[in-house]
Amino acid sequence: MKDNIDEILQEFQPKEEELIPVLQKVQVSQGFISLPAMSRIAAYLNIPESKVFSVATFYEQFRFVPKGKKHIMLCRGTACHVKNAPRILEEIEKQIGIKSGETGEDGEFSLEEVACIGACSLAPCIVVNDEVKGNLTPQTVRRMFRNSNIKDDK
Amino acid sequence: MSTDQIYLRAADSWRELFSGSKPLIMVGAATCGRSAGALNVMKAVREETGMRNIDCNIREVGCIGLCYAEPVVYISNPGEPLVLYGKVSTGMVPELLSRHIENKQLLKESVLGSIGEKRLDGVPDLFDTPVLKPQVRKVLNNCGIIDPEDIDHYLANKGYSGLIKALGIPPEDVIEEIRESGLRGRGGAGFPTWKKWQYCREAEGEPKYLVCNADEGDPGAFMNRSLLEGDPHAMIEGLVIAGYAIGAGQAYIYCRAEYPLAIERINKAISQARDYNFLGSRICNTDFDFDIRVKEGAGAFVCGEETALIASIEGKRGMPRPRPPYPALSGLWGRPTVINNVETICLVAKIMQNGVSWFNRYGTEKSRGTKSFSLVGNIKNTGLIEVPLGTTLREIIFDIGGGTPGTDSFKAVQTGGPSGGCVPAGMLDLGVDYESLTQAGTIMGSGGLVVMDQGSCMVDVARYFLDFAQKESCGKCIPCRLGTKQMLAILDDIVHGKGTPGDIDLLEKTGEAVKKGSLCGLGQTAPNPVLTTIRYFRDEYESHIIDHECKAKVCRALYYYKIIQEKCVGCQSCYHGCPVESITGEPRKPHAIIQEYCLKCGICFERCPQRFSAVDRIPGKSVIL
Repeated sequence: MKDNIDEILQEFQPKEEELIPVLQKVQVSQGFISLPAMSRIAAYLNIPESKVFSVATFYEQFRFVPKGKKHIMLCRGTACHVKNAPRILEEIEKQIGIKSGETGEDGEFSLEEVACIGACSLAPCIVVNDEVKGNLTPQTVRRMFRNSNIKDDK
Repeated sequence: MSTDQIYLRAADSWRELFSGSKPLIMVGAATCGRSAGALNVMKAVREETGMRNIDCNIREVGCIGLCYAEPVVYISNPGEPLVLYGKVSTGMVPELLSRHIENKQLLKESVLGSIGEKRLDGVPDLFDTPVLKPQVRKVLNNCGIIDPEDIDHYLANKGYSGLIKALGIPPEDVIEEIRESGLRGRGGAGFPTWKKWQYCREAEGEPKYLVCNADEGDPGAFMNRSLLEGDPHAMIEGLVIAGYAIGAGQAYIYCRAEYPLAIERINKAISQARDYNFLGSRICNTDFDFDIRVKEGAGAFVCGEETALIASIEGKRGMPRPRPPYPALSGLWGRPTVINNVETICLVAKIMQNGVSWFNRYGTEKSRGTKSFSLVGNIKNTGLIEVPLGTTLREIIFDIGGGTPGTDSFKAVQTGGPSGGCVPAGMLDLGVDYESLTQAGTIMGSGGLVVMDQGSCMVDVARYFLDFAQKESCGKCIPCRLGTKQMLAILDDIVHGKGTPGDIDLLEKTGEAVKKGSLCGLGQTAPNPVLTTIRYFRDEYESHIIDHECKAKVCRALYYYKIIQEKCVGCQSCYHGCPVESITGEPRKPHAIIQEYCLKCGICFERCPQRFSAVDRIPGKSVIL
């Protein structure tokens, strides 16, 4: 991964109001926000490191560990919930062998629950690397991730 | 180029597209359409027309709101109306093109209706079909009709004429027009838009700011996303008008990062508007300068609250502060700031374009005009709709939505997201407007309507919303932070079969306290889903607590699986599927579940072939034999 944090910082004015856009851009480029990255952002924007940490940890969007190669986001919106999303989550967890919020040790998958993605008409749905997959059932999920679980339990 | 020339050129290109000499193919490619495969359909259309040497125009449009029929494709031959086809798969594209364009026939089984003045034999006018007939499309008038990335399409449909009109009259008169229209904030609270503007205009302090709240966070709501993706220029125009009215020079659009396509389209629209001098300095050759910057949200529901949103734009943790002072007096960086919802801003543009009576002849006395809703959940025709305020829930759910799919009947509709409540079947004749929903214990909210059938457990639904509110609570004030946590703990007990008879009262008392004591809208409304479900579905809470039964068979601790001996043929599907070997039985003989071992994972239920349906769920705690 290329460290281009300095280049990113140069695109922004050194003002506190740019903190969230800077964090967003760093995350897009690096995949996550590391502690050293936060220190450099703080120095550039001329605000305390504690403030950067406090803001970054407040917002759901920011992650502090890298994503898996396949990043799965499960929608926890209302429409998905009433259409069986909890069962879908359970099935995904079983198939890929990690729990929500985790990244697998081999770096293949990461899984998180996210706020409503607004594709309610396709509920229940997940997003795998920016691609929405909707109208899921435990069966379609099983087919989608079959054999992804290294510690196969059967 | 002069303004007249710009409009002439736009009208020409619009006419050429819709009444020209070439066939036209449009694909609905908003996020919802894309998730259903619209981009693949688009690709197939391009490839197939290329291969067949069909000389035609191909366009992407936004969402027309018929989500249940996605992906949708519109086709017209020269001189004929547009025909809308639904559920178009890539495999259908060759046949569709060959029939409709090459042989001038229809692919009848997929036709939804036609758009345009002319008729085709046997094809209903799309806007006369049951789903669209009761609707009045004001704010959504362009969605799914125009190409959102082409400013000429917007211009050809009166686009920016509202701005030109506004700039020709004093700002006070613009506020007066909006007052006359009766427009109230579409973000949920329903505060009169003109009043907010007036306060800000009269407030001391420079510069003034305008913020468009596009942080649509209610789960189950996507009206704003569809608007931004389908008609982004309407928001730009509305913002410039609002900025002119309140005397602001800078606007921020705070859009949630979960809407990448919307953000992309807004940015494109901003740069086109700048090229046409509808944005930037000396707009339309007047002295008015105005600019817009997009700020992406970072995934915090509470940032939909206006003071939290301001903190977030300033680069801080999105935590609310007490009001007053209201943002209209002291907002962004302590300056007078107006915060309006996307739909409100788009309506401003359209009211200025079409005049006050175009809008306010619809609606009820206190709630003028129309409102868009996203209709989702257990409903046949999921989609984005717009109806006059005062339309009854029955008309929305049954006439437009087609009722519930499957065999379970309608149970409740949830309005207003986590801040709203559930309205039961007995109140279906309630007209939807700000006041009547508040009376029913819920709120209008931004417009999410989630329909639930008998398969939904109201205790589980209440728990779901409270869990959401509790996770999204920013933690600043204690009633919200601890109150929601305690309420959630009680609900957790109830759904796990550990509820006690005093729990309902305790929930009500705690809920009232959280409502009264919380600092911002999030906490003040967080108990609503619990309180309304207790109000209308008390019997469900009681059956969970006293009888240990979840009649909807949702709460896992309160139902169990059973194999119906008479139906089971011993095919062993369940036997092989069970992860804990809790199923016994010999091949071709009825099986049984050993309840002690059963995890209630439901795999046996899913695996049992439908023609047998021998595995059933029974409300109540399992009886261990």
